[in-house]
Amino acid sequence: MSMILWILLMVLALGLAGWAFRLAGQNITGNSPYFRDMPYGVAFGYALAAGALLGGLWLWFQPGAVFFRWAFQGVVIFAIVAWLFRLLGRAVGTAGTRKLFREMPLTASFGILIILIYAVLAIFAGAIAPHGQEEVFARVNILPGGNPETGGDPAFPLGTDQIGRDLLSRLIYGAQNTVGIAFVTTCLAFLLGGSLGFLAATLQGWLDQVLSRAVDVLMAIPSLIFALLLMTIASAWAGSEKWLLTVYMILIIAVIDSTRVFRLARAVGLNIVVMDYIEAAKLRGEGLPYLIFKEILPNAYAPLLAEFGLRFCFVFLTIASLSFLGVGIQPPLADWGTMVRDLSQFINFAAFSPLTAALPLLAAGAIALLTVAVNFVVDWMLHRTSGLKD
Amino acid sequence: MSSVFRIILQRIALGVLTLFIVSIVIFTAVNMLPGDFAQAILGQAATPEAIAAIRQDLGLDQPPVSRYFTWLAGAVQGDLGSSFAQANFASFVGAESGGTEVTVATQIAPRFANTMFLAGVTACIAVPFSIFLGVLAALYRNSAFDKAANVFTLSSISSPEFFLAYVLILFLAVLNPVLPSLSNIYDGMGFGERLQKTLLPALTLTLVVTAHMMRMTRAAIINLLASPYIEMARLKGISPLRVIVKHALPNALAPIINVVALNLAYLITGVVVVEVVFVYPGIGQLFVDGVKNRDIPLVQACCLIFAAAYILLNLTADIMSLLSNPRLRHPK
Repeated sequence: MSMILWILLMVLALGLAGWAFRLAGQNITGNSPYFRDMPYGVAFGYALAAGALLGGLWLWFQPGAVFFRWAFQGVVIFAIVAWLFRLLGRAVGTAGTRKLFREMPLTASFGILIILIYAVLAIFAGAIAPHGQEEVFARVNILPGGNPETGGDPAFPLGTDQIGRDLLSRLIYGAQNTVGIAFVTTCLAFLLGGSLGFLAATLQGWLDQVLSRAVDVLMAIPSLIFALLLMTIASAWAGSEKWLLTVYMILIIAVIDSTRVFRLARAVGLNIVVMDYIEAAKLRGEGLPYLIFKEILPNAYAPLLAEFGLRFCFVFLTIASLSFLGVGIQPPLADWGTMVRDLSQFINFAAFSPLTAALPLLAAGAIALLTVAVNFVVDWMLHRTSGLKD
Repeated sequence: MSSVFRIILQRIALGVLTLFIVSIVIFTAVNMLPGDFAQAILGQAATPEAIAAIRQDLGLDQPPVSRYFTWLAGAVQGDLGSSFAQANFASFVGAESGGTEVTVATQIAPRFANTMFLAGVTACIAVPFSIFLGVLAALYRNSAFDKAANVFTLSSISSPEFFLAYVLILFLAVLNPVLPSLSNIYDGMGFGERLQKTLLPALTLTLVVTAHMMRMTRAAIINLLASPYIEMARLKGISPLRVIVKHALPNALAPIINVVALNLAYLITGVVVVEVVFVYPGIGQLFVDGVKNRDIPLVQACCLIFAAAYILLNLTADIMSLLSNPRLRHPK
């Protein structure tokens, strides 16, 4: 209760500070138009920003605020690196890419950089990771930090888990498994949903009706719930073959997500098939594959690409959630969702060993970072293609 | 009035039809299970007589169509069958035992109430908060506040629920013990204590849904700001806040109500992961346990409830946006 009181007091103090700031500005500058016409909301905004700055500064020097310092350092480092990356993009490359980087906001260049890093990690995981993902070492539960005096080991910078596997290697291999599986699933969903959607848009008639109604019904079930239901059945089908369950999961999520892709592809396709050049192609006597791949697909590229990014995020999050719930990617494959679940208890040690407590957040943060990055890039792409300047 | 009434009736009929077809889909999916429930329960060593007995008891010897209608008729009356994991199979194999059978309905009912409580608390926090933020972002569009809110909401919308949940646990439960990190809710708990234990999961869900609602509120209001009547209001010399709250917001209500209902529907999916993180005794956790134990009647029932709630909320979104359109309410 006292906490709510404190918050209320703080807001009140900020409100007063904003009012005083405006009054002081008016008096000092001799009632200049900027301060005279300043709405109270703006003045409050300045006070809020100043308060946040002071609060952050105070928090920075608190001995217990390790996580705040880490988070802040992380944000600053990422911002600087993204800024340098954009600078590099502006200097190197063809005229087209240079122009692209010149117009890019910092969030988008941050997104592109993160996606590139993840791609490199995923492709070269075997070369980058110090140990194998299934390699079991003799010492279990080595603490992270690499300092022998605090229970660490320089050979295992992030420590080992409860059965003695190197966590850093598993984190790196997680990029390969989690991101790779999500990517394959998204591609499958697009192959299925995209081709059926274009087919429905081109042929129309009963095929369109049947497919659209089927998609309506499948979309009436929340996707995570439906995925969990189907995974129950898949786990019975797979029996003790764990890798088979992963394959089933890819297929299940691809089918569920292809319904969303179908909706978009059909809507985009319907707008395209009424164009004159489609009519012309039909009169030329072109076949269905030509119509879909040479006429419709190139014109539907922009919305589909944006949808691919968003769909990848959804698929990635669904797979991570399933793994977190224990029915997704199966061990011994290293995967971030499972890692979060296995390491989650360590969060209770935050007061004594912040590094240990950061382990589950590291795996969960790896998931969040990639989806945030993809979303930043898609946001920018949509903004660019829609021509919105506001 | 009659025309809008007819449209609403049509939508409701469509919703019921969808629910009916969804129930068929769920039932068919479950019946694609290989082999036999009875075999799965009793294991390889079971005698044929025992399997036959359990098959008869569960009604598995009936053809699928009649089984479906038995299940549906039961579900409509609130009888969702008995849970496999909890059922007392001693009675099936011969020996009579005095244990009472645990039905799916008795398992679900208290947890359903808990989940509704969680969703309710979340909605009470998230809806006013996000509309307030959305109006502010529209008012100070393209300012530092708007850009910061944009980055923040985009980040929280795209983070997995468990990441947000663990970050909140870290800061609000472990480092500064203000709220409990485990929501052990039981019957007969006082409202205040219950609220305190629900607050952390509710805050997590708030973070998940606020972003979307706020962005839509902002977009809906900004869309309207180019209209001539807003221009007129501005020329009259009304303050920007008044322009937005009095003139733009009422007309932006239809898309906002729509997105609120859709996000409440989204809560249903989000609730599963969040309940598992906080060990909140809700229907989502029951569902995940059912999935792990392959407790088919339980999974079937939970799935049906989730789908029904989802369809109902989508239907509400549909009807509300119809009703908030004056052109439809007052036809010429």
